[in-house]
Amino acid sequence: MEVDLVWIIYLEAVMWNYTDKMMDHFLHPRNVGEIKDADAVSEVGNMACGDALKLYLKIDKDRKISDVKFQTFGCASAIASASALTEIVKGKTLEEAEKITNDDIAAYLGGLPKEKMHCSVMGQEALEAAIAKYRGEKPAPQEEGTIVCTCFGVTDTKIARVVREHNLTTPEQVTHYCKAGGGCGGCVGQIQAIIDEVWRKESEKKAKPGVGKAKYMTNIQKIQLIQETIEKEIKPTLRADGGDIELIDVVGNKVIVAFRGVCAECPASGVTITAVVEKKLREFVSPEIVVQEAKDENRLPR
Amino acid sequence: MKTVYLDNNATSRISPEVLEAMMPFLRDLYGNPSSMHLFGGQVRKNIDRARQQVANLLGADEDEIIFTGCGTESDNTAILSALAADSCRQHIVTTRVEHPAVLGPCKKLEKDGHTVKWLSVDARGMLDLDEARRAIGDCTGVTSVMYANNETGVIFPVEEVGAIAKNAGSFFHVDAIQAVGKIPLNMRNSTIDYLSLSGHKLHAPKGIAALYIRKGTKFSPLIIGGHQEMGRRGGTENVASIVGLGAACELARKYMEQELTDVKRLRDKLERALLAAAPDARLNGHPEMRLPNTSNISFEYVEGEAILLRLNELGICASSGSACTSGSLEPSHVLRAMGIPYTAAHGSIRFSLSRYTTEEEIDFVIEHVPPIIKLLRQISPFGRKTA
Repeated sequence: MEVDLVWIIYLEAVMWNYTDKMMDHFLHPRNVGEIKDADAVSEVGNMACGDALKLYLKIDKDRKISDVKFQTFGCASAIASASALTEIVKGKTLEEAEKITNDDIAAYLGGLPKEKMHCSVMGQEALEAAIAKYRGEKPAPQEEGTIVCTCFGVTDTKIARVVREHNLTTPEQVTHYCKAGGGCGGCVGQIQAIIDEVWRKESEKKAKPGVGKAKYMTNIQKIQLIQETIEKEIKPTLRADGGDIELIDVVGNKVIVAFRGVCAECPASGVTITAVVEKKLREFVSPEIVVQEAKDENRLPR
Repeated sequence: MKTVYLDNNATSRISPEVLEAMMPFLRDLYGNPSSMHLFGGQVRKNIDRARQQVANLLGADEDEIIFTGCGTESDNTAILSALAADSCRQHIVTTRVEHPAVLGPCKKLEKDGHTVKWLSVDARGMLDLDEARRAIGDCTGVTSVMYANNETGVIFPVEEVGAIAKNAGSFFHVDAIQAVGKIPLNMRNSTIDYLSLSGHKLHAPKGIAALYIRKGTKFSPLIIGGHQEMGRRGGTENVASIVGLGAACELARKYMEQELTDVKRLRDKLERALLAAAPDARLNGHPEMRLPNTSNISFEYVEGEAILLRLNELGICASSGSACTSGSLEPSHVLRAMGIPYTAAHGSIRFSLSRYTTEEEIDFVIEHVPPIIKLLRQISPFGRKTA
């Protein structure tokens, strides 16, 4: 049996600095239980991960949450977050309820230790999932995407979301909000890459209209811009995954590239071409750009 | 509110006798034992006496004991000293369930290029001696195995491991920080070369510990400075605490029988009552090969921190291997190494008694734990609701 020898400070561990309000909701949780004829039930988390929340909503004909109950498995702040959530949503319309964020839950409790923010995120997720279920939508957005953190089953979509919503800049912060990276730690590099990607995209949005795009360029200028875009925009993304790329040739709007490192062996390099390389070059150089991977004989030695 | 302290594996209260022995050295006898005047010199006698008291508890000679600043320092000193003895023997053999004081330096050494073999444990937390036999070889510089586990109290067959280590020519270090004072130890006819102990686990203050180094063992100090501790640990002696550790060791010898009978009886009473009263509760660790004071119980479908905080409201102090009690998101590495399911590890509670634990305290805990478990299970979406 393989056990990860991760740094753990256990047993002789910290006594969290909980607020009186949080302790009150932990010791006297409100709205505990089940609603047998609930209009929407959602379940997030699982026991192996250390916390789980089951939320029951009763919704009246005015689309108001007339009753709410919960069951939770988890630490004190998970119990208190769930209790706070039920108090916040009771009597609210669905439209009001869906605007509630985890920060509202944390604020209601007078704040949570940063390491415990994921407890309030769990509350927000359960609420979103229940509302989506009631409306017949599914799955909730965070269920999509590919798993990045296998220890806690967290997807890239969910990581990108907490990064954006909470202005996160380090993998450690991401762990506090959604647990990703808090297990074996093997995905910390990927989390950093997602963070970088989110903020790069955000800064691009602000910086638009962009770098000399759609402007007339000579062939030399165009090749220079392509090279620059590859260096600045594409290589860092690929290198985060252990790959690399080289510009081989430019023929009109056709850009020929070769992959190196893990990208060279990657069965998904075709996807990388369209999803990353072509997308960037179209964005920064010209919308007419078409990217091709160099044939084997042109491939650089690995 | 009265405090019911069942967290003695974390730290223990200072015995009144220990404090009394220390006070003169905090008040009046502040001299430096290295000084060339009687005022300082008289202090030295007390250090020598404390060294003898520690040696007596271990069945060792006084010149085999050095005082250190903490158990972690003792562990680090032993491992690094053993590796410094022979440049051809740089492999380390240790277990997956060591305390961070050993795990830490071993992980660091592994990162620096040393080969570390991590011995696994079975579901009851016991070592596989065949695995140890395969792991310890001609390149092994140090074999470091704990005497008893801090989380489960499981006692390892250290002399059997030591025989394998000696046979292969490896130094043998034992982290006995949880064992010293709770079970009898004897370094005569032992295979142990280095043994760590820490004061605050046996009713001496924090910040004082000792390392036993078998006579004739090639030693290389970790803290280099003056001639103190026969040149084996620099730094002016922590006189009052050294005197306190000596007194605590003498008391431990006096009360050893009580640890094995009275403390064990209370522990067993607590354990039996809790396992009987709460359904889906399980004992973690070998039922017999265990320290007499430690009980680690998992309550399935509930989370440890929630239990601890509710106990805290009643003045009951215990520990948990749950993830949520630490900054980490993973439950205890010891319970995971034993293959305890995460669902049970999250709900694990460690009760650790001492000779100061009373029958009334145990009855109080027996009365209050089951309702807490029942209440938390009613909140939980998992498991039986009847618990």
